[in-house]
Amino acid sequence: MSNEKFVYVTYIATTPQKVWDALIKGELTRQYWKHENISDWKAGSKWQHVADDGKRTVKLVGEVLESVPNRRLAMTWGEVAAAVDKSKHSRVAIDIETVGDMVRVTVTHEELTPEMRQKISQGWPRVLSSLKSFLETGRPLNTWS
Amino acid sequence: MTTKDIDTVFKALADPSRRELLDRLHAKNGQSLSDLCAGLDMTRQSVTQHLGVLEDANLISVQWQGREKLHYFNPVPIHDIYERWIRKFEEERLAALHNFKRKLERR
Repeated sequence: MSNEKFVYVTYIATTPQKVWDALIKGELTRQYWKHENISDWKAGSKWQHVADDGKRTVKLVGEVLESVPNRRLAMTWGEVAAAVDKSKHSRVAIDIETVGDMVRVTVTHEELTPEMRQKISQGWPRVLSSLKSFLETGRPLNTWS
Repeated sequence: MTTKDIDTVFKALADPSRRELLDRLHAKNGQSLSDLCAGLDMTRQSVTQHLGVLEDANLISVQWQGREKLHYFNPVPIHDIYERWIRKFEEERLAALHNFKRKLERR
């Protein structure tokens, strides 16, 4: 487990509410992320990252740490195979702030295993680019094909 | 990404010192100004200026840890450019190869 941290930022011409909805509403999330994030989004609840692959494969699991609508979502983030071994779970915080006429979305990911470090450093830039395109133009990026 | 955003990113990348700073952050994320100055043949003032340009282009993000400002490499704008300027052209090439393969296989 490393104490290395990753901080990903994108600026999107949209509203905080639209970013929030895009993160938690499956019918939106699957359009730009090809996955859905499933939870009741209460602190202490479980959440799952589920593939929109017809079989609804669970890809990640964790616990909701903080949930402030339109502002901040924080959670633990673990492989399904290590679902019970919480020492292998990383932590993610997604902060949503208005900056001028844009919304800044900051993803802070830490406490990563080397394998997860590899995955997320490929994954987050794609997810955030696709989210930006989806919210600004209505078209996600064709990045998972 | 607006044209202005893209210009800002390309301008920020068009400088070897700034690319070196990005490489150093890519190798080790979350460094302070002093960390970044160590071993570089640049004055602290010019490193500060380069970091400012990179921050304006959103190529680095910053977080405060106590009184220390830490810098993180943010590849998201580079990914935006990749999607806009590189992948598009790759796709055409890949599609051409795919068609070529199918033609050969049909024989």
